[in-house]
Amino acid sequence: MGMGMGSDPMERLVKLASESAVVIFSVSSCCMCHAVKRLFCGMGVNPAVYELDQDPRGKELERALMRLLGNSQAVPVVFIGGKLIGSMDRVMASHINGTLVPLLKEAGALWL
Amino acid sequence: MQSFKAAATTNPDMFCHSSFFLRGDDCNSRNQTRFPDLGELDHPAAAFHHDDAFDLSPSSIFSLKSNNVGVVANTLHYGALNTSIGATAIVSSGTGCLDTGQFMYQKGATFGASLGNGHIENWADSGLADNSQQTDTSTDVDTDHKNQLHGVQLGAVMVDSVDQSKSKSGDQKTLRRLAQNREAARKSRLRKKAYVQQLESSRLRLTELEQELQRARQQGIFIASGLSGDHGHTVAGNAALAFDMEYGRWLDEHQRLINDLRSAVNSHMGDNELCILVGGVMAHYDEVFRLKSIGAKADVFHMLSGMWKTPAERCFMWLGGFRSSELLKILGNHLEPLTDQQLMGICNLQQSSQQAEDALSQGMEALQQSLVDTLSSASLGPSASGNVADYMGQMAIAMGKLATLENFLHQADLLRQQTLQQMHRILTTRQAARALLVFSDYTSRLRALSSLWLARPRN
Repeated sequence: MGMGMGSDPMERLVKLASESAVVIFSVSSCCMCHAVKRLFCGMGVNPAVYELDQDPRGKELERALMRLLGNSQAVPVVFIGGKLIGSMDRVMASHINGTLVPLLKEAGALWL
Repeated sequence: MQSFKAAATTNPDMFCHSSFFLRGDDCNSRNQTRFPDLGELDHPAAAFHHDDAFDLSPSSIFSLKSNNVGVVANTLHYGALNTSIGATAIVSSGTGCLDTGQFMYQKGATFGASLGNGHIENWADSGLADNSQQTDTSTDVDTDHKNQLHGVQLGAVMVDSVDQSKSKSGDQKTLRRLAQNREAARKSRLRKKAYVQQLESSRLRLTELEQELQRARQQGIFIASGLSGDHGHTVAGNAALAFDMEYGRWLDEHQRLINDLRSAVNSHMGDNELCILVGGVMAHYDEVFRLKSIGAKADVFHMLSGMWKTPAERCFMWLGGFRSSELLKILGNHLEPLTDQQLMGICNLQQSSQQAEDALSQGMEALQQSLVDTLSSASLGPSASGNVADYMGQMAIAMGKLATLENFLHQADLLRQQTLQQMHRILTTRQAARALLVFSDYTSRLRALSSLWLARPRN
């Protein structure tokens, strides 16, 4: 995990998020995170997963994510093509209304 | 019934009736001294000591109005003469009678029986039962019926007379037999009709009762746990009850909206107005998801248990509700014809809802596995006795895992809601209306299946 020393957690987040087509911030014991990962794998997408409980500065990132989303659940959070998509509910809504797949294709995470 | 003999002679109209009652008796050998209260014929209530005293004026029995109420009122008059008979007759025949024909039939039988005379019973049966024909037959029957009854009366008189003279021949007997046959046939048709009506209403009542029972059972379970003095249980029980009641109301309203939608579709209502009705049903679906959300916050296990659904629904339930992927399978061919774009949209929706469902299912499996791991961890085993901190720690972790159940239920409901909404977006107004009707009918049938299954005969 590439991390700049002393960098602002939010900046780190953004940096990490833009390094891969699909980025998932997760906690290894979180079952909803597991569900999100399974969703993308089921679609044939290979996301980059950051387990914050395994990151020495994970707590900071979690707090930053909570601020970013404005809710008490830090994880799971999904970025596609560097853009924030959101938590499980937003990902699922986007998949059902048909906007997720075009986004994935645009980011290069999915091919026909 | 010998008591009527003397009375009969003073009132020519009563002769027929009294002779009927006196059938089999020797009409000419009544002792007048047995009827001390003849003077009070006008006040039948006080007149006769015998239990079977009746006001036999023709107006009361044979006032064949087309409304049975008239006859019933008169027969109630009988009750006034001797309240015990009247009461028992009315009470015994009151239960489960759907049309007054049946009522009259039973009433007649009771009266007949109370008279203790087989002939009278038949007469009461056929006479009173046939009165009910007045309600559903034409007025022609009225006169025909009157003639028949009079024929019966005459026949009664004739039967007595036959003993005394053979001037009237088997002609009259045959006529009477034919009349009785017709009456018997009519009687049996009425009985059949009443029976079928009873079955129908019983069936409806059965489904009502089952739903009540289910709700009561749930109430019972939660009231019982509430009585144990556990405040937590009571709170959860109240929440479960509250949800069940709200859901029941939601179902009723849903059915009403669906019925309106159905008549609109069948009457080929215009798209503009149909759109409003469809929107109403969709908004009402939003309402159930809102209710479920409140219910889940209060008692997630109740929502997941599906106890608020009928057994068949519960069996095939997924994460607290219907499978969104199944919605489109249920709709199947009912949506045709679809444009290419619509077809693609529906296929994508089918696939994405399936994928989302699978993801959530796998998340739930992970949750269960994680809970197993936590609860079966070494620190909870017998060797860890006394290590309370460890135990409490593991329990706290387990509690945290349980808390995510609410999130999974929430996501599942969101998935259902979004699948419905996307379907609404893809389809035209008319197609969406049909889709909602099909889906609603499917759910209704599943619920009916539950009732049928519960009511099935067991050997």
